[in-house]
Amino acid sequence: MLEARCYEMSAMPTLFSLKKQEQDRLGATSHQESLIGERAEAVLETQQLSVFYGNFKAIQNVSLAFQRNKITALIGPSGCGKSTLLRALNRMNELIPGTRTEGAVLYHGKNLYDPDVDPVEVRRRIGMVFQKPNPFPKSIYDNIAFGLQINGWKGSKSAMDEIVERSLRRAALWDEVKDKLKQLGTSLSGGQQQRLCIARAIAIEPEVILMDEPCSALDPIATLKIEELMNELVKQYTIIIVTHNMQQAARVSDYTAMMMLNPETRAGEVIEYDTTEVIFTKPKDKRTEDYVSGRFG
Amino acid sequence: MRISWSSSEVGLSLTRRRSQAVGERAIRSILVAATAISVITTFAIVLSLASDTIAFFQEVSLIEYLTGTLWTPLFSNPKFGIWPLLTATFLTSAIAMVVAVPFGLAISIYLSEFASPRARSLIKPLLEVLAGIPTVVYGYFALTAVTPFLRGFIPDIKSFNSLSAGLVMGVMIIPIVASLTEDAFNAVPRGLREAAYGLGAMRYEVALHVVFPAALSGVAAALLLALSRAVGETMIVALAAGQNPTFTLNPLVPVSTMTAYIVQVSLGDTPYGSIGYKTIFAVGATLFVITFVINFISTIVVRRFRERYE
Ligand SMILES: Nc1ncnc2c1ncn2[C@@H]1O[C@H](COP(=O)(O)OP(=O)(O)OP(=O)(O)O)[C@@H](O)[C@H]1O
Ligand SMILES: [Mg+2]
Repeated sequence: MLEARCYEMSAMPTLFSLKKQEQDRLGATSHQESLIGERAEAVLETQQLSVFYGNFKAIQNVSLAFQRNKITALIGPSGCGKSTLLRALNRMNELIPGTRTEGAVLYHGKNLYDPDVDPVEVRRRIGMVFQKPNPFPKSIYDNIAFGLQINGWKGSKSAMDEIVERSLRRAALWDEVKDKLKQLGTSLSGGQQQRLCIARAIAIEPEVILMDEPCSALDPIATLKIEELMNELVKQYTIIIVTHNMQQAARVSDYTAMMMLNPETRAGEVIEYDTTEVIFTKPKDKRTEDYVSGRFG
Repeated sequence: MRISWSSSEVGLSLTRRRSQAVGERAIRSILVAATAISVITTFAIVLSLASDTIAFFQEVSLIEYLTGTLWTPLFSNPKFGIWPLLTATFLTSAIAMVVAVPFGLAISIYLSEFASPRARSLIKPLLEVLAGIPTVVYGYFALTAVTPFLRGFIPDIKSFNSLSAGLVMGVMIIPIVASLTEDAFNAVPRGLREAAYGLGAMRYEVALHVVFPAALSGVAAALLLALSRAVGETMIVALAAGQNPTFTLNPLVPVSTMTAYIVQVSLGDTPYGSIGYKTIFAVGATLFVITFVINFISTIVVRRFRERYE
């Protein structure tokens, strides 16, 4: 089943037995109009989402719609809950004992926090790239193959070779590693490791890729490579990225959500969400303006 | 930009640092003394072992000792082949590891990958209790409860046997295996687990395919340490496996491990300075070499493990 999915890029998500409402999804021409709340365009949408670590409320009442085949950036000062929000989108938070989530995350209209949803399936469709490159201490080849193997992949060796190659090519890493696929993934440079992690994530064909400061451990050249890669990947995937780098947000993203601590509840919330152009040129909120122009936190 | 200090400023800061250094030096010497005492003690043990061991080998040939399969040092026609003691130690330790490794690993994988903080806070103290039971209690348990129980299934089993001693010793070692391997699992970076979960791995897949292989050398080192604990364990085998040096791998009959033999001679009335008395140093030295080699291997394994992850 997975094999089929890998070869049919346009395969519909069957997980939640959805109506085929995707066709019109690419038609989003006017950003402003289709931005918030228009579910038909959104792959993922949060509704009044709050996340707690024990009794501590880290984010509150976040309602955002993430558009298909777009890059959405989450920005805001440190500790305002960007990672928490990102990890709520594929139910990674619940791996930390004591976390609790309120509200909903709709994925093609289905609430990912419904009791009948399997978090393992969720994470397979909504992949993740982390701040610190974290390849497995396995060979480069096995790093890519792992995700398929655990998901019950039953294809031939040569089919696997093909997927490994294609994933590495799409992550712009193939030429650098094609002669050393048997080497440990951990033996690569930081930037290469991060691209390996991206290749690993896309090998299982997720629909959405979450990236939490994917370039913060990388030098400017490696960073540019990843950004180019994101521009390439977004044709096929929906990308949500957390970044502290304002230039990066401005360079790569289509939409930007500005997050900030609520001064009363000390929980993070979204104070402004718009096209990146608007956020960086004529934001409505003074705090956004201060933040993106570097006068803040 | 130029930074300039007046000479008096420099002098001042230097003096202050020096006065601090006095306190630091005092602490340092205390620490060095503590270290020195333990190092010296170790050397003293080795030396006292060595001198009597050398004395022993002036009377008994090393070849006989290392190749003989008869151990009867207190008989009128003494034989000094170490093999009966070696096989007994091997047999009890092997049985113990067969019990301790699967249970210990299962517990540590459960604790590190599956258990909720609540479950962990209940189980860990339980393991500590298990680890805190005096070995003499385990020994009596093996002799008076486990052996009679086993006789229900294996009528041939003797009152003293390596099977029940090994099984109980295995139970004793479970907490050691569990806590050492749990340390190895906890040393696997969180990021690796998250990477696997992020790909849609299930808990057991993360445990078996990511955490376990990544911790493999740490696990191997932990198991070696547990093995050296089993090899050196005394009370359980002395009480439950017997004191009857037999060259056998039959787990149902009485044997005598190296440690049990040392206890037997130490508690008996063997005259000081006799050849029988000296045997315990030779056996002790052999035991020392074996555990030293095991620990040495595990240190090497641990070092390789560190290199890979730090
Ligand atoms: N595992 C956790 N347990 C308890 N509190 C946590 C945990 N992770 C994050 N928090 C808290 O939640 C709040 C939001 O954290 P989060 O990591 O989401 O912020 P962030 O915006 O990603 O910050 P940064 O930009 O520094 O990465 C912070 O106050 C943080 O201390
Ligand atoms: Mg963060």
